[in-house]
Amino acid sequence: MKDEINAPSSLGKRSVNSAYHANEKGYYGEFGGAFIPEMLYPNTEELRLNYIRIMEEPSFKQEFDQLLKDYVGRPTPLYFADRLSKKYGTKIYLKREDLCHTGAHKVNNTIGQILMAKKLGKNRIIAETGAGQHGVATATVCALMGIECVVYMGEIDIARQAPNVARMKMLGAEVRPALSGSRTLKDATNEAIRDWINNPVDTHYIIGSVVGPHPYPDMVARFQSVISEEIKWQLKEKEGHENPDYVVACVGGGSNAAGAYYHYLDDTNVGIIAVEAAGKGIDSGESAATSALGKVGIIHGSKTLLMQTQDGQITEPYSISAGLDYPGVGPMHAHLFRSGRGEFISITDDEAMTAGLEVSQLEGIIPAIETSHAFAIFDYKKFKKDDVVVINLSGRGDKDLQTYIDYFRL
Amino acid sequence: MNRINKKLKEDGKLLSIYFTAGYPHLDDTVKIIGELEKNGVDMIEIGLPFSDPLADGPTIQESSTAALKNGMTTEILFEQLRDIRKTISIPLIIMGYFNPVLQYGVEAFCKKCREIGIDGLILPDLPFDVYQEEYENLFKKYGLLNTFLITPQTSDERIFQIDNASEGFIYMVSSASTTGAKQGFGSEQTNYFERIASLHLKNPQIVGFGISNTETFTEATEKAKGAIIGSAFIKHLTQNGVDSIADFIKLIRC
Repeated sequence: MKDEINAPSSLGKRSVNSAYHANEKGYYGEFGGAFIPEMLYPNTEELRLNYIRIMEEPSFKQEFDQLLKDYVGRPTPLYFADRLSKKYGTKIYLKREDLCHTGAHKVNNTIGQILMAKKLGKNRIIAETGAGQHGVATATVCALMGIECVVYMGEIDIARQAPNVARMKMLGAEVRPALSGSRTLKDATNEAIRDWINNPVDTHYIIGSVVGPHPYPDMVARFQSVISEEIKWQLKEKEGHENPDYVVACVGGGSNAAGAYYHYLDDTNVGIIAVEAAGKGIDSGESAATSALGKVGIIHGSKTLLMQTQDGQITEPYSISAGLDYPGVGPMHAHLFRSGRGEFISITDDEAMTAGLEVSQLEGIIPAIETSHAFAIFDYKKFKKDDVVVINLSGRGDKDLQTYIDYFRL
Repeated sequence: MNRINKKLKEDGKLLSIYFTAGYPHLDDTVKIIGELEKNGVDMIEIGLPFSDPLADGPTIQESSTAALKNGMTTEILFEQLRDIRKTISIPLIIMGYFNPVLQYGVEAFCKKCREIGIDGLILPDLPFDVYQEEYENLFKKYGLLNTFLITPQTSDERIFQIDNASEGFIYMVSSASTTGAKQGFGSEQTNYFERIASLHLKNPQIVGFGISNTETFTEATEKAKGAIIGSAFIKHLTQNGVDSIADFIKLIRC
């Protein structure tokens, strides 16, 4: 085990002929690509031409690994959830991304991208954030590196996520309200992209999920792939084999899921389960279940499934979980859905909240509401007694306490 | 010959105006086009509003949001433009983002444009390589010119590729910015205008972004064939309404 921990992370290295990873043009099947105005072309081109080369530099890997170990606290445990397993009659392991510094998997990506930005000689960072988790993870690494940081956040989200706004400010970031459109995550993303158009030379845009134009979905997936890389050797220690029967993760944009699936994508013996937010119900008009409600279209520079009107206007999703209410989904996940490789399950607000409370009381772990969706699949999906099911526990619930308090009248 | 090509062959500098269809009021489209032609504008970009206009600054964003709130759709725009060629003879271009076109169906969209008498399209987020691989044949089949953008950051090599693939004009974005973000030109623009002129491209260039008055129009067209005004015109409509279009044009071409 020791050798494996000390081995440099592969940063998503993979066989060339993968059916489920991005090809060299950034396509996952029919999804992905770079549908961007010419003003963004030099920015993304610089990244596209350099990201794999930089990731493969030994000095980059070394710094990335060191920070993940000493600063983020990796490897995160793979924990056998005994009481939860007994309750559902199967073997459930939890990948504890909630124990990462800043409270979620998001920091794996921001560590990678801040190092990438430094290698590219950038001295200013911009980011978008919805609930504020990615904003906090970005502000954190900017503080760590002493780099200027501007985080765009929808005006409405700023009002309802005050603690995270305060955290970003304490970390020295400037939080700029997105005042356009629906003033939530998609508009914050638009504003960040507009900032990048206006500052093409000195600025790096740290996208928080496996969305956006090529090479972002692939780059972010590679940084997050450390999750499944660790699951493999941890499971080998515990079960004697690297592969579980299922990997389960919640999907908004899909970065924690991309990381948890990454090294299993081409291994079709491993079932992939993606859990989306149904909000108040798929047919309620207040939902974020993109695979069920989305059609092929273009959002934030990527061809993917997205929720839109018949006329091609992007609509505003809804979920009780701020991290899942994105109207699109990363192109990797659109392809997993379309190809049938992934099984997609939609979970309502109520089901997620109930599952979150159950995990809290069975395992002593309060999950983020995003993650609670992944714990609510047992009514929809039955597992065999000997099945090994890994659930990616993507974030902790501290940030959601007020929502839990209001919901359960605690 | 396409009306755009004919217009580009005329002497003099071209003034092209962008407006967002459905703004300030849903039914202003035909009236705005008529006023622009009457007042000597050479070419018009009719903006198909989009919920998430990435390349646009606040002025065009707000006009798009308002237009959508007013009820503008692709279908309604086509309906409004149905008889436009009975009265209007200058080139008409539809400018918008790719997703609404994709949802309408790219071929159906092109076909409808031809029926109406639209001469070209500008779709900033339809990348050059995807256009060439997937859509060029369709655009040609329906006689539509597609216009690509270049910016001060675009390499000479890429500019030559774009020039080769273009058959009308090249849209020169004057600075690294969203629409309406900057006012006036500095040395970066002067150098850029000179660099592009020295490339002797086969397609004429029309400059957009940052043009709002006679001074910037004159500077932009010193080397280029024409200039496009968008945000400044929309601001004028917001403040003065559609009956005052003549006043705006006089400010540009005095």
